[in-house]
Parts: sequence; structure tokens; C-alpha cells
Amino acid sequence: MSALQSSPLRIAGMVLLLAAFIAPLLLPTYYVSVATQILIFAVLAMSVDILAGFAGRTPLCHGAIFGTSTYVVLYCATTAGLSLPVAMVLGVMAATLLAAVFGLLAVRTSGVYFLLLTLALGLIVWGVCLRWTQVTGGENGLRGQLRAQLGLSSREIYAAVLFIVAIVTVAMWRFVRSPFGLTLRGVKDGENRMASLGYNVPLHLIIAFTASGFFAGIAGAVYAVFNDFVSPSTVQLSASVSGLLMAIVGGIGTLFGAFVGAFLIIALEQAVSLYTERWLMVLGLTFIGIMIFAPEGVVGKARLIMAARKAHQ
Amino acid sequence: MTKIITDRRSFLKSTTAMAAASTLGMPSIVRAQGARAIKIGLLAPLTGVVASGGREIVEGFEMYWEQVGKQAGGRAVEIIVEDDASNPDTSLQKARRLVEQGNVDFLFGNLLANTGLAVANYVKGTGTPYFIPVIAADDLTQRTRIPNVIRVAGYTASQTARPLADWAFKQGYRKVATISQDYTFGHEQCGGFAQMFTELGGKVTQQFWHPLNTADFSPYLGQLANLGVDAIFAMETGADATRFIQQYASFGLKGRIPLMGAMNATDQSVIRTMGPEVDGIISCAHFAEGSKEPTTVKFVADYEKRYQKLPSIYGFSHYSGAMWVAEALKKINGNVEDRPLFLKTVLGTELKDSPLGKTVTLDAYGNPIYDVMIRKVEKRADGKFWNVPVQTYEKVSQFWKYDPETYMKQPAYSRDFQGIKS
Repeated sequence: MSALQSSPLRIAGMVLLLAAFIAPLLLPTYYVSVATQILIFAVLAMSVDILAGFAGRTPLCHGAIFGTSTYVVLYCATTAGLSLPVAMVLGVMAATLLAAVFGLLAVRTSGVYFLLLTLALGLIVWGVCLRWTQVTGGENGLRGQLRAQLGLSSREIYAAVLFIVAIVTVAMWRFVRSPFGLTLRGVKDGENRMASLGYNVPLHLIIAFTASGFFAGIAGAVYAVFNDFVSPSTVQLSASVSGLLMAIVGGIGTLFGAFVGAFLIIALEQAVSLYTERWLMVLGLTFIGIMIFAPEGVVGKARLIMAARKAHQ
Repeated sequence: MTKIITDRRSFLKSTTAMAAASTLGMPSIVRAQGARAIKIGLLAPLTGVVASGGREIVEGFEMYWEQVGKQAGGRAVEIIVEDDASNPDTSLQKARRLVEQGNVDFLFGNLLANTGLAVANYVKGTGTPYFIPVIAADDLTQRTRIPNVIRVAGYTASQTARPLADWAFKQGYRKVATISQDYTFGHEQCGGFAQMFTELGGKVTQQFWHPLNTADFSPYLGQLANLGVDAIFAMETGADATRFIQQYASFGLKGRIPLMGAMNATDQSVIRTMGPEVDGIISCAHFAEGSKEPTTVKFVADYEKRYQKLPSIYGFSHYSGAMWVAEALKKINGNVEDRPLFLKTVLGTELKDSPLGKTVTLDAYGNPIYDVMIRKVEKRADGKFWNVPVQTYEKVSQFWKYDPETYMKQPAYSRDFQGIKS
């Protein structure tokens, strides 16, 4: 049933996917790097969606987890002189570990308390990055020449990122569709019921948090190679907020909506900032508009419209 | 004639037109003389925490180009201004846009060290010439020098603090405390001061580091008052500088302990809105708006006429920086396409008749050698406060009198390394 219902959406998804593949072949290099950025942030937004959309816990620390991975990769590959693959693995591990610790601390709370607790945890990371100058370079951040070392062009970087993102997306999709993912949805819909059915709710949430951090860490590690630079602005609150916004704009609980959200936010930012210094205001108004007219997000709304049409026929 | 100073809207239009033209297989923009305009990408923080300084960057830069008829070396000059939002990631993104999409011949600008360092790291890969009249991070022209990054009309953070330390020692000060914003720019300025002062035989009693955007300085002022020091060196910028100077006066320290500031502390961007509390503060810089040098006087008058305010470091350094690069372009007839030649010529160009007054040269590392002035904040006849030179140190290099190679073997200044000789 559900497969039938969403089939036009599937086709739309396929077209989008194809477009994403073809885009770098046609675009000037600058837009290739914007497209790369969209892919990376889509992974971050999906990792947020795992918690917000499937486990019913909205986190405000994923920018910090993402950025921790970026910091570790750049530190290991540049300052410590490790090879890039090793650095990237370490980056992802650091992010996963951090997420596990955050998970342990945060999962027993929910709602606004969860939001605030994760916000505070994210701020700690920001504070450490800002003050631990010997390691993090303080507000000047860390710089690398990872792209040059790889010797890849913008298009090749894009292709590599697309490959990684495709794998990670499938993995996340399998994750939320697995029995474990279904249990998470159960927790979202009725935490007490799941507990009384004998599920270990905190453990499920810790695992979900850790997995989500793992995926955010992958995005962060890829970002390190793409950006060759990290500073506290990558781990600050606004980074966490923009990850969450992308998930919300695309549609919480839709997973792939993250791509739409990341595309809309980054593309809008690029386009509007060409015209006005007040681009942040335009973005703000757009978000308010989306929240009023499509609180389920773009993909969520599209699904609803499709379903309504099907029902009508 | 095409509009020369481009705003973002016409930038979009022209790039769209160019994209359209190139898909049709036509040459992009053909001019009457056959040479296309030289495109300059100016990055400035027009939003975010240092937006007011960013605006002055654009003002100074545009003022120069308009005065010379928007041309250099026989070619028209087109300026594309981008907002770096006071954020390194945005800055990097905008630099990419200017280089990869705007096809600029070189980049100029930025204000905050982290935004400049991010862009410098990017142009290291592309080879795009990048000129930084405000970014003062020491290592950009020292230990981690990038050949295509040149600090025209700029300075390294520690460069001007050393003559001030020398001057302070000669005033008979022997015990000094420093207070500074806790970030690299502050560490480097204080490092230059502390190393010089202690090498001369003075003593740096204590160093205070406070977070950026400190609203209340009373905990620090209380301690500073009771240290029994001969003078205080304050490294403050922006709103912190305003608050520090105000509170220094209201806590009764003004007049009791002499106050020396980094050049940013008494820059016009800070003192133009302040009153008698700034009077008499000593600082040290390569520019003084109250200088009697004819070229400086003319520049200050022009700037004041145009923008109804005295020029700050941001305005004058971008005006002078633009002038410097324009001089080099003149020598090579605007052949900006030959990057090695262009960079070599900029490095070899002596800047005469600039707002800086004296003739200025660049060292082999791409940093200027200046006559550095000890300045004192004084009241002008019309009641405005400005910096007036009281003494000049000639030909001050970023390495002071040290041998560059030896100097660069010591670590970069940080909170933990201030070069203090005990």
C-alpha cells in the first residue's frame, strides 16, 4: 500500500538523484563546491533526523559532534602528521565517542530539557575549541592542505563525496527501517508503553544517539577534506541549529527530506546573499513561512498532498 | 562604459551575462581597448560583530579607486564587494565564489584574523594573489608565509608593540602589567611588547587575559590598581576598547597610572564616539591621523570631507593598500595575468606619497617596513580627539632588529609563550 501511495514521490526522488549525479558535469566549479557542501550538510541533517524524527528527541549539539570530527581530522592529518584515512577514521571515532557520552548524559531527559541539555553539551565543545589554543588554534582554527594532498579537482571531490554520501544514506535508511528503528519510533510515539512492553528505552536511545553521532562524524570528516579549515564557528550553536533547520525544512521523520532542506537552505543563502546584506532576515522570514504553511517540512508536505490525492481518486 | 564599482546585483547580472556569453562560445567582455577590466574581489565584514570596521574597509578602498578614475596601469578596474559576515567559513565560501565564479584577478581585504587565515589557506592552493592590509596574524608573513599573500599597508601584530616597549622603557617605566583580549591577535601584540620590554631590563609584573566582549572590567581594574606598576599596556579592540577606557577613567585610574594602548585601542573606530576619557593615551602605529605630513593631512581632510569622520585603521590601510597595488600595476602596464611578475613587482614597489607619509617598502617576506610613530591622543581644535605623533622610530621591521631566521626559530607568541626574559 504505502509503496503504491508514494510512487510518484519515488519517481521524483529518482529524478532528483539523477540530477544530483549530473549537476557537477554541467555546473561551473564554484557551484560544484556548493553542491558538495549541500551533500555534506544533508548527512548532518539526516543524523539529526534520526533522533528528532525517529526517536522523538530533538538535539541541539550535532554541529558540535560534526565539528569535533572535523577538528580531529585536521589536527591528526596536519599537526600530528598522520595519513588522511587514519585521521578520518579517528575523526569519526571521536565524534562517535562524544555522541555516546552525550547520549549517556542526555537520554533520560526529553522535550525541552533534552533540547537544553544537548545545547549545553554542544557549548562545552565550542568552549573547549575556543580556549584550548595549543591544540585547536583558538579562534583562528586549524588549517590543512588535504585537498591539495589528494590532488583532486572540485568535480572529483564532488564525485567522491557523492559516493560516500550515497553509502551513508543507504546505511541510515536501513537503520531507521530496521526493527531497531521501528522500536525507536515506538519510543517516540509512546515511551511508557514501550517500557512496559519490556524494551530498555534508555539503552535504545543511547544507541540511537551514538549511531546518529557516528553519521554526523562521517559528515564532519568529509567536511574537513572539503573545507581544509575548521574554527569554532563550525562547532558553535548556529551550526547545530542549521543542521536541525535543514531537517525541519525538509521534513522531520522523512530522512531524505534532509537533502531538500540542505539544498533549500544553502542555495537560498547563496542566492539571497548576492542581493542583500540582510540575507539572514530573508532566510528567517522564509523559515517562518515554511513553519506556518508546511510545518511537516517540504517533503512531509509533499507526501501529505500525494496521499490526499490518492485518497481522492 | 561599464559601471566600474559593482554592487552585488550587477555582479550577478554581469556573471550571468558572462555565463550566457561563454555558453555561446563568445569572448566574455570585450572592451574598446581590447583589454578586459582588472577584477578585484574585496572581502569585508558588512554584517556580524565587526561590521562597522568592514564598512570603513569598503569606504577607504573605494575612495582610492574613485580618486584615480577606477583604472590602473591603463586598464579599467572593477571591484566586487563580498560580505564575509565576520565569519571564517562564510569568508572562505565568498573567496571561493570570487575566485571560481567571479574570476577575480586578485583578492583584497578581510578584517578578523581568522577570516584572513581561512582565505589565505585557500589561495595557497589556487595561487590567487591576496592582499591583507588589516590581517595582522604574525605567521602569515613569517613562519608559514604564503608567497601570494602580501600585507600591503598592513602590519604584523607584534611589529608596532616593540617600539612602544622601547619608548616605555626610555620613559623610565620599569614595571608594567598587560591586559588583553584573550585571542591570538592579543597574544601577539602583548608578546611583542613583553619580549622587548623584558629584554631591555624591564619587568612584566602580570598579564591579564580576558574573554572577548567583556562587559565589566572591574575585577581586572581592581587588581591592576594594586600591582604597583609604572604603566599599563592594554591590547583592546572594538567595543572592549571603548568599555575598558571608559572604566579605566571611571575607576579613577586615569591620571594615576599611565595607560598605553595597542594601536587598535585608540583607533578612530573606537575614540571617535568617546570623550575626554581617551585624552593622553599613548599608542604606537604606522599611521597617525594627526600627523603633520602633507600627504597624511591631505588624505585625512579628503576622507573627512567625504565620509564626515576621521579615518580609522580600516579605511586608511585599504586606501594605502589599493594605492600600493595600483603603483605596481602601473609598472607592469596592468599585466595582472602574469602572476609571478605581478607579485614580484608588488614586493619591489616603494610606496610614495601615501597617507602613511614617508616612503614605505616591503621586506622579503611581504610585510612593510615602517617608520612607526608613538602617538598620543589629543583634542583637536574642533573638540574631536585624534592621535598625534610624539616620536618616530625609523624603519621598523616585523623582525625588529633580530635576524629573521633566528627570530622565526622561537615559537609563535601565545598565551603560554610571551618571549619574556627573566
